[in-house]
Amino acid sequence: MAQVTFDLARQPLRELNQYLHQRAGERDLHVRVLNPDGAHSIAAGVDAAMDIDIEGHAGYYAGGMNQHARLTVHGNAGPGVAENMMSGRMHVKGFASVAAGASGNGGLLVIDGDASLRCGISMKGIDIVVAGSVGDFAAFMAQAGVLVVGGDAGDALGDSIYEAVIYVRGRIKSLGADAHEEDMTPRDYEVLGALLDSAGHRYDPRHFRRVASMRTLYHWNADANQEY
Amino acid sequence: MGYAEDEPRSAQESWGYDRAIIDYIHRAAAHGLYEIRGLGAKRKLPHFDDLLFLAASLSRYPLEGYRERCETKTVLGTRHAKKPIELAIPITIAGMSFGSLSARVKEALGRAATEVGTSTTTGDGGMTAEERRSSKTLVYQCLPSRYGFNPDDVRKADAIEIVIGQGAKPGGGGMLLGQKINPRVARMRILPEGVDQRSACRHPDWTGPDDLVMKIQELREITDWEKPIYVKIGATRTFNDVKLAAIAGADVIVVDGMQGGTAATQTVFIEHVGVPTLAALRGAVEALEDLKLRGTVQLVVSGGIRTGADVAKALAMGADAVSIGQGMLMALGCNSDTYMQNGELHSALSDYGKLGTAPGYCHHCHTGGCPVGITTQDEVLEQRLDPAVAARRVKNYLKTLTMELTTIARACGKQNVHHLEREDLVALTVESAAMAGVPLAGTDWIPGRER
Amino acid sequence: MCGIVGLLVKTPALRDRLGELMLPMLIGMSERGPESAGLAVFTEPLSGTARKYSIYSGARASSGWDEFEQSARHDLGDAVRLDINANHAVLETTAEPHVVKEWLCHRHAQYHLLSVGKSIDLYKDTGSPREVADRYGFAELSGSHVVGHTRMATETAVTPARAHPFTAGEDFCLVHNGSLSNPYSVRRKLEPLGIAFETDNDTEAACRFLEWRMREGDDLETSLRKGFDELDGFYTFLMGTRDELALVRDAFACKPAIVAENDDYVAISSEFRSLAKLPDVKNAQLFEPKPEEIYVWRK
Repeated sequence: MAQVTFDLARQPLRELNQYLHQRAGERDLHVRVLNPDGAHSIAAGVDAAMDIDIEGHAGYYAGGMNQHARLTVHGNAGPGVAENMMSGRMHVKGFASVAAGASGNGGLLVIDGDASLRCGISMKGIDIVVAGSVGDFAAFMAQAGVLVVGGDAGDALGDSIYEAVIYVRGRIKSLGADAHEEDMTPRDYEVLGALLDSAGHRYDPRHFRRVASMRTLYHWNADANQEY
Repeated sequence: MGYAEDEPRSAQESWGYDRAIIDYIHRAAAHGLYEIRGLGAKRKLPHFDDLLFLAASLSRYPLEGYRERCETKTVLGTRHAKKPIELAIPITIAGMSFGSLSARVKEALGRAATEVGTSTTTGDGGMTAEERRSSKTLVYQCLPSRYGFNPDDVRKADAIEIVIGQGAKPGGGGMLLGQKINPRVARMRILPEGVDQRSACRHPDWTGPDDLVMKIQELREITDWEKPIYVKIGATRTFNDVKLAAIAGADVIVVDGMQGGTAATQTVFIEHVGVPTLAALRGAVEALEDLKLRGTVQLVVSGGIRTGADVAKALAMGADAVSIGQGMLMALGCNSDTYMQNGELHSALSDYGKLGTAPGYCHHCHTGGCPVGITTQDEVLEQRLDPAVAARRVKNYLKTLTMELTTIARACGKQNVHHLEREDLVALTVESAAMAGVPLAGTDWIPGRER
Repeated sequence: MCGIVGLLVKTPALRDRLGELMLPMLIGMSERGPESAGLAVFTEPLSGTARKYSIYSGARASSGWDEFEQSARHDLGDAVRLDINANHAVLETTAEPHVVKEWLCHRHAQYHLLSVGKSIDLYKDTGSPREVADRYGFAELSGSHVVGHTRMATETAVTPARAHPFTAGEDFCLVHNGSLSNPYSVRRKLEPLGIAFETDNDTEAACRFLEWRMREGDDLETSLRKGFDELDGFYTFLMGTRDELALVRDAFACKPAIVAENDDYVAISSEFRSLAKLPDVKNAQLFEPKPEEIYVWRK
């Protein structure tokens, strides 16, 4: 496998990203990014099944709009990590700031630490597995995909959720509008187990509960006392 | 005192509680829900109609039509992008979603724009293949909902437009009622079919101009700094907003006044939120001048641009280009009493009637029952618009606008429509003079300014 | 919209390096706030009844400081000291604050009083963060803790007075990233209660609200909690008092903040990238403050 190293202490971000974009469609490439030091948009817009190691803390939008690449942040990630990801994988070893996986359409986002507010906001098919806890408004307006929370969830979990599903192991501070707990089915345990395996988080699926949409906000209704 | 036979006993209508307000209160009492409708503000507002041109005289000399050139070429996005947008005319087609409009309409708009040499814009639903195929220059919107937003289309686009708001509903998100969420729309937006879709009003991953800096940078990085990044704002505190958008890094700023249309939103939003395009445009130009960025950051204005005169006045006030939404729909046949299908002219009157309206009054885009097949996803109604015919109509409209624009510009002695300036204008009313920053005709008085 | 930075050094030996350590943090926030910058540094408190007054002479470097100093000696007593730095000076005197304020107001109305206290020195001006830092020699500052800010003006003008930090009372300052949605109502409520405003800036409204609550006897934490109900909008507030740094985010936490803490220091910023060069930050504990929780670090 070909190996390339970029040092953001010495090279501009544009050089890294342009290099990555020029490798569209390539595989068998391993890229290391040294001294990220909180830089923004590291490896944004990649379209290739390569491996990228970001060796330190990333700023905003690390791996933004990722396709196919397998990225690892060996540290924490700033707001919007893997935002709008289409496919591939992003693994944050530390914690993730707000809006982790925002509007993600596919792929897998793994967070070993906690995620801050609005984790999975507007998610559209991405799977997000958080070993720690998530902040308020997790899965806000989540349309599709799965959010797994190994720790606790904050306020307004799954507010205005559409067809996405949330599995929570710890305490839920409060549920959001139109979200409720449902019984787990064998299919849920299967899906959850597979995601935990992919993430490398050793939790027992049987300790999780399922949160999904009541679907009462799907249609405007004068009697439903809806807040619109 | 003699009443005529058919007059009501008490013949005085209340101004505050007129028929419209009485109807509104009756409907609210019946349904317990706000009214939702399409199009833009219908109320009378200070607008470009209140401004007039000072054309040639003894001190200014007109140009001959046809023989003497009047340039209309317009370039947007020169600040940072490697590939700015080059247009033949300063009139573009505004963002309207596939979902609110049919796929055929998006295709027709694209074809017309390509022929005339201008751009179209996607909307709150993503990019359709038809539109990308038919439109040579396509601006791709990035909205709070991020419906359909994806990197492949980002790379296919010619420019990216980050939408903060639109004139019809600044502070509101998009809306598409269930009857228009058909399988294709549902698939593109990743929503259940038939659901009443409500979009977010804030972007999911950034809030505020300081964080917009990073969002713009991200989109630039993803597109390798090739494509211009536009920022679109619904008109409210426009002077501040345009400054902030420019400081945050926008290449082009689009300002949409309250007359701007929508396919569906609450009527209270349309009529009571946001400021008129005239006031917004003046504030936007002042903001860029304050930052010394005129010429570096381009300004596009929309919201009630209808005629060539409107275009000319907008340019004179300092816009680099205008964008038209509702006008394009009307060019396609919106509010027409007939439609063309299979080469034949049909009457649409009864279908307007079914919606409870009539040609000239219809704003029922939100129902999906558009009698002329424009703002619909219905397979039957869609057929009432032939993309080739529709494209020709839009092209004709654009050409008419351009001819009117150049006629005015030539009469003012301009070899280039971008040489129109605010001193070529005077105002008919105190309000329009104050809002546009242009003197009242026959005086040198601009209300609200020191002389 | 803006960038905020804060630094409190726990190790006394680092106090002389406070400015040197803080400078890259401030400059690192230039994209968030390109137009104005400011900071408040808390030094060893003056003893006895002496107090320090940070004074701003105006947009152009003042040549009038000599007259100002003579006037101060004459009116406030011989024991005054004046430390001049471009268009800024720190006046030390044992005269009572109300006397000094009246004297400034009547005799030197064109000078702007930035701060009052035993420990606080405050600098703020228009210009890029780099320009402001060079103008006042931020890199050379020493003290126990510092609160800094870079400004991108949202609704009010770019003027020195509207830059942050804002101060209230003595040895208190506030910087803000965000935008309040009801600042004018807050002002209209407080002015009749005798709270004086200098600007129309929304951050000042927040500062005056805290000033009011603390004047009424609430401690800082209680004042901030009352602020959750009364101050509407999005905000991250960073405050400095003689002995503390305090940090709080509103319930939506839309404006960013990150903290790095180890045995030597606590560092706060809007973005990690401005903390990245701090000594041994690799081994510091990093976390993001939770919404509506008040974090306090004592020196």
